[in-house]
Amino acid sequence: MSGRRLPGGGRIDRNRPLNFTFEGRPYRGYVGDTLASALLAAGVRVVGRSFKYHRPRGLLAAGVEEANALVQVGEGARAEVNLRATEVELHEGLTARAVNCWPSARFDVGAVNNLFGRLLPAGFYYKTFMWPDWRWFEPVIRRAAGLGRPSILPDPDRYETRHAHCDLLVVGSGPAGLAAALAASRRGERVMLVEQDPLPGGSLLWRPAQIDGRSGSDWAERAAAEIAAAPDALVLTRTTAIGYFDHNALALLERVAGAAGSPGPDHRPRQRLWSVRARRVVLAAGALERPLVFPGNDRPGVMLASAVSEYAARWAARAGDEAVVFTNNDSAYAAAHALLDTGGRVAAVVDSRPAPPARRTASLQARGVRTLLGASIVATHGRPALTGVTIRDAEGHDHRVAADVLAMSGGWNPTVHLFSQSGGALVWDGEQALFRPGRSAQAEVSVGAAAGEFGLSTAIEQGWRAGGGEGAPPLADAADERWTIGPLWRVPARGKAFVDFQNDVTADDIALSARENFVSVEHLKRYTTLGMAADQGKTSNVNALAIMAELTGRPIADVGTTRFRPPFTPATFGAIGGRARGELFQPLRRLPAHDRHVQAGAAFEEYGGWLRPAHYPGAGESAHAAEQREALAVRRAVGLFDGSPLGKIDVVGADAAEFLDRIYANTLSTLKVGRARYGLMLNEQGAVIDDGVTVRLAADHFLVGTTGGGADRIAAWLEEWLQCEWPDLDVLVAPVTTAWAVLTLSGPKARDVLDAAGVDMAIGEEDFPHMTFRECRVAGVPARISRVSFTGEVSFEVSVAADRACELWDRLRLAGAPFGLAPVGIEAWMLLRMEMGYLHLGADTDGATTPDDIGWGRVLKRRRDFVGRRSLTRPELLRKDRLQFVGVEAVDSTVPVPVGSHLRSPGLPSGSEGYVTSSGLSPTLGRGVALAMVRAGRSRYGEELLVITGEGRGRRVRVTVPGVRGPGGEPLDG
Amino acid sequence: MLLIACPWCGPRDETEFVNGGEAHIDRPTPAESVSDADWAAYLFFHDNPRGWLAERWVHAFGCRQWFNVERDTVTHEIRRVWRLGEPRA
Repeated sequence: MSGRRLPGGGRIDRNRPLNFTFEGRPYRGYVGDTLASALLAAGVRVVGRSFKYHRPRGLLAAGVEEANALVQVGEGARAEVNLRATEVELHEGLTARAVNCWPSARFDVGAVNNLFGRLLPAGFYYKTFMWPDWRWFEPVIRRAAGLGRPSILPDPDRYETRHAHCDLLVVGSGPAGLAAALAASRRGERVMLVEQDPLPGGSLLWRPAQIDGRSGSDWAERAAAEIAAAPDALVLTRTTAIGYFDHNALALLERVAGAAGSPGPDHRPRQRLWSVRARRVVLAAGALERPLVFPGNDRPGVMLASAVSEYAARWAARAGDEAVVFTNNDSAYAAAHALLDTGGRVAAVVDSRPAPPARRTASLQARGVRTLLGASIVATHGRPALTGVTIRDAEGHDHRVAADVLAMSGGWNPTVHLFSQSGGALVWDGEQALFRPGRSAQAEVSVGAAAGEFGLSTAIEQGWRAGGGEGAPPLADAADERWTIGPLWRVPARGKAFVDFQNDVTADDIALSARENFVSVEHLKRYTTLGMAADQGKTSNVNALAIMAELTGRPIADVGTTRFRPPFTPATFGAIGGRARGELFQPLRRLPAHDRHVQAGAAFEEYGGWLRPAHYPGAGESAHAAEQREALAVRRAVGLFDGSPLGKIDVVGADAAEFLDRIYANTLSTLKVGRARYGLMLNEQGAVIDDGVTVRLAADHFLVGTTGGGADRIAAWLEEWLQCEWPDLDVLVAPVTTAWAVLTLSGPKARDVLDAAGVDMAIGEEDFPHMTFRECRVAGVPARISRVSFTGEVSFEVSVAADRACELWDRLRLAGAPFGLAPVGIEAWMLLRMEMGYLHLGADTDGATTPDDIGWGRVLKRRRDFVGRRSLTRPELLRKDRLQFVGVEAVDSTVPVPVGSHLRSPGLPSGSEGYVTSSGLSPTLGRGVALAMVRAGRSRYGEELLVITGEGRGRRVRVTVPGVRGPGGEPLDG
Repeated sequence: MLLIACPWCGPRDETEFVNGGEAHIDRPTPAESVSDADWAAYLFFHDNPRGWLAERWVHAFGCRQWFNVERDTVTHEIRRVWRLGEPRA
C-alpha cells in the first residue's frame, strides 16, 4: 500500500468514519474527506482511465482543476457523472465509479487504443473517417469516446433560482478574499462571500501561516464567522461563481442539500442557482499549479506538488513513501518539506534551473535531500502506477531512481477565468511566467494569487484595500518571499508527454497541429480537443500555448489564450433549469371556461401559448371524426366556439380614428359607431403583420381585434408608433384580451339559440346585420356581441367579462341543446374557414406577404400615407411573378393534399411555383379543400399544377379562387 | 446581462426590456415623394458601429415606455439614458 493516512492532523473527524465504495469495492474514510483524499489515504492509485488512449490515471490535483479522476457518483435517477473526485464530499454509503473505462479502471478493454497510439494522432477522426461519409462512423466513435453516461430517468430532486443584490461580491475565501469581505462588512456594506469549498480559508486550510497571532486556518474560521454575523452579509460555502456577465451580473451555483448522488435529506433543493448583481466585485479566486510536460508524466503517482502538500496537511493523506520532486520554480520546495515533515522520504529534488536560489536548495540539503540542478525527468516507470523515474542530469547522464510519488511544479496560473469572462484583458508576466489580470472592464478588482501576487502579506493588504478597509490590515507574521521561476515548457525527450490529461493531448500533438498550420490557439483547441471537456484546460492551456509559441517562434503574449467561457466548473441542467421544468417550463394560459371544456370532453392542444380545445371527441370517436362532425354541425345546425384568445385592444382618445388610419392599410375613420370592419396592418417593409375586425364603440373609442398570436405583439406595435413617431396624438392604448371571454355561436340555428338563451334586444337580420356591434345582456349577463363570421355561417361573437365565461357557456349550451348545438374545437373552425377561402394570417402568409399577394391590392388606391404604404411600390413588391393567395382543388382525388407540399407545372422538370398553405377534408363536399401561395396565382385560375408528393411523383390539382363557396376572399355578407 | 436604468422605473435587468435598434432615425416624409433608394436606406441601412451607439429600448415587461440609451457595442457600457423627446446630447 502506497498512500496512507497519517497518524494525526488534518481537518477530518476521526471519530466519524464513513463507508463508501469505489468501483464496487468497499473503503472507509472520515467526515471531512473528499472522495479523492479518502482514496489516496486508502492507497488507491488508479482512479480512472484517460479519454482517448485509456491509459491508467491517478490523482493529479486536489481541487477543481483535477483532470484525471472523473467519477460517476450514485446510481439510478440520482447518478451524477463527470464529477471531479476532488470535489465530491464523502458521505456514508457513497458509491462511485470511474468514467471512461470498462469493465473497471484497473482492467480496461479500451486500453488497446494505447498500443495503437501512433495511429491515433490529433485530427485522426477527421482525416480517417472522411470517406465515404463521416455520419456512418460518428455513432460508433461517439459511443467509444464519451465521458460518463448520465441517467435517463427523471431527476427526482428540486432545484431553484434566486436573485440577489449586494454592494460587494467576493469570490474566494482565501486570505485575500477574507480580508476584502471583512473590511467591507465592518463598514456595514451588503457583502456576499462565495467559497466553492465546504470550508472558508482557501490556501490557509493547508499552507502553514500565522495571521494576527493565530494559525491561518483559525484566523480564517473566525473571520468568516464575523462576516457571517454581520447584519447585511452572507457567506455562501459549497458555492461556485460559475459565470461573470455584463454589468457585474454573476451566476453562482450553490450545492444545498445532500452530497452528490445521495438522496435529498430534507425539503431543501438539491442545488440553487444564484443570479447576483453586485455593485463591486473582488476576485480572490487564487491560482492553480501547472504540471510539467515530460515523457510519462501521466503515470499514476505523478502529482502536482501543491496537491501533495494539500493532501498531507488538510486530509492527513500522504501521497507516497518515496518521493521525487521535479520543478522549474521555488514553490515546489515546500512540497518536499511537507513530505519530510510527514515522515516520508524524498529521494531527490530535480530542478531544471541550473542555479535556483541557494537558500532553497540549502534548506533541503540540510535535511539530507539530494538536489539535482539543470536536470530533468525523461521517463517514468511502473505498471500501472509509478515505481521509479529516470533523471537526466546537467551532463546528460541518465539515472534511474525508485519513487512511488513524483511531485511536479511547472509554475502557477492565476485563476483568471471570471476576470476574463468579465471582459478584462490579460497581460503576460514574463518574470513569473504567467497570465495575470490587466485592465478591468467592469467594477471589479482581482487580489492575491488571482492577481499574480503570491505573498501572504501582500495578498491580505490587497484584499483589505479592495474591500474599502482603512487602517492596518490583518497582519501576517512572516515577510513575503519572492519566488522565482525558470520556464520549462516541455522536456525535450522521446515519449508521450501529456499537456492535456483529460483529453489525452500530448506535446507531439501540438507539434503536429503546428506543422499542419493550426497555429492559432483557437484552431489548436478545436483540432486537438485541448482544453475541452469538464476541466476546460485548467491545467493545460498555458503549457499548450507556450509550447505553440516555442514551435512557431512567437512571444507567448502574442499567441494569447483561448476565450474563457462560463461555466467555470460544470453545472447541472437541473440547476440551470430551476423550477422551469415540466408544466412550468413554459406555462400555458388556460381559457376562462377551461373547466367547462374539460367537462365537455375536449382534447386540448397548445395554440400560441394557450391551451385550447382542438376538438371534443365523443366516446370511441377519432380526432378526425370529431373534427368532421363538429364542422358539419356548424353548417347544418349550430356550433359553440371559444375564441377568447383573439386579441382585443382598446384604442381611446380624440385622435384614435386618425391614429388607426395611419396604422391600418385601410380606412377606419369612416367607420360608424356600432359598426365593425376588417382591416390589415403592415410593417414598414409592406408585409402584412396582422388582420382582424375592429369595432367602433364611440367616436373616440375603438376596439381593435387581432389574431390570437398577435395580441401582445400588436399592442406593443401600437405603443411603439404612438410613443416614438406620433407623440402629439391624443390616444391611449390598452390591451384587454384577457379581460373578456368570447364565445361564438355559428350556424343556421345560431340566432335561434341566442334567442332561446334570452337577449334584451332585437337580433333579426334587419335589426342587427352582419358587421355590426351591440352592447346588451345575454341570459342576464352584460355582453358585447359582434356580427362577424369566420365560418361563412351566421355568427354571433358574444363577449362577457372573463369571470362570467362559465355562466354564459352553461346558458348557451342549455339553450342550444334542442337545436343540436355542438361545442366546436379549433380544428373544425379552421376547416370551416378553409372551405370559405378565408385567410389565416401566419398559416397562409409569411413575413414577406404583401396586401396585393392576398388580393388586397386596392389599399394602394388610398391617397393618404399609412405604415408600410411607401414600401408597396418598391420594385420587388411590384413584380408580376410574386406568390399569390389562391385555392387549389384536387382533380383526381378525395384525399387532402399535404400542407407544405410544393406545386409545379406538369411541363417543368424541377423547381417550385408555390406551395400549399392550408388543407383539409371538407365534410360538406366530401373532398379535399386547400389554399396555396402560387407564383402569379391570380392569373392562373383553371390551370392544372402538380402537387409534388415525392421524387418524380405528383398529384394533379387545379388553381381556383380561394374557397369553394364564395367567389372571392372577402368576408361574407350574410 | 445588462443593467438598464429605465428613466421611469430605475435600474432593472435586461430581461425586462426589448431592444428597438438604432435611435434617432427620422422617418422620411412625405413618404410618396421619397426615392426608392432613400426609402431603402431608411428601411435597411442602419449604422452598426464598433463603439458608442444611440439605440432605442422599451421597458416591455415593466412600464412599456420607450426611451433612448447610449451603449458601447464592444464593452456594453451604458453611459447615458434619456427619455424620448429629450435632446440627444
